[in-house]
Amino acid sequence: MSLYNIFDIASSGMSAQTTRLNLVASNMANADTVSSSTNETYRSRQPVFGAVLQNELNAQKSNSTGVRVLGVVESQAPLRQEYAPQHPMANNDGYIFKPNVNVVEEMANMMSASRSFQNNVEMLNTAKQLLQQTLKIGQ
Amino acid sequence: MATSIDSLFGVHEQALIFRSKRAEVLASNMANSDTPGYKARDFDFKSILSNLNTPAGHIKQTHNQHISFDKTPASASLAYRIPTSASLDGNTVDTQVEQAKYAENAMDYQTSLRFLNGKITGYLSALRGE
Repeated sequence: MSLYNIFDIASSGMSAQTTRLNLVASNMANADTVSSSTNETYRSRQPVFGAVLQNELNAQKSNSTGVRVLGVVESQAPLRQEYAPQHPMANNDGYIFKPNVNVVEEMANMMSASRSFQNNVEMLNTAKQLLQQTLKIGQ
Repeated sequence: MATSIDSLFGVHEQALIFRSKRAEVLASNMANSDTPGYKARDFDFKSILSNLNTPAGHIKQTHNQHISFDKTPASASLAYRIPTSASLDGNTVDTQVEQAKYAENAMDYQTSLRFLNGKITGYLSALRGE
């Protein structure tokens, strides 16, 4: 029954979007984490999504394609370097390094992730209703 | 009255299978709305319907060991949707379009269910003879 596969698809989508939301949260939390060298500085983390075909898993032929997080990449954008000799974290030259997290970008990312999550929930609800109606057939 | 049990429900049974398969494909599209390089897919209803209507097609089984020519909606090939707007990461899913199609498909599924239910009620009352 193909409708049951929608549960798998929607849950894979929801877990992928949750990972994305988690990364947004850690990026936002670390947006102001200051360090004294470029190596130690927090870098913005972004998920990479990939489609996963269910054909290999199911013996029967199915057309469902779930989604999974292939990996997490760190942004290569330049870090923000600031001259602040009074700062306790300042290095010998008086510089501090701030993460390359773009807060506005992260907010937009968060909204997109939450919308996608809601979309998956609605999808699952619709499939559930259709199945319930199918179960009631002939009654 | 000779009625094959397979043809009791007419096209609605196959329509229901097709609708559930289509729901699965559309759900896959929506789940992958943020996957780079994913191409949105869908069934072509017209070709499936015409496939169902042609009785034997051009392919005939002249020997019982020939590979059977499956004409059910399950064998229908999937096509890729023509994107309305290009995106940089190669993803062709338009979430709004997919949502609309999914809702439309759910309504069609319910329509098929209603038809089936009507047939079943009809057969039941005929059987009971009330």
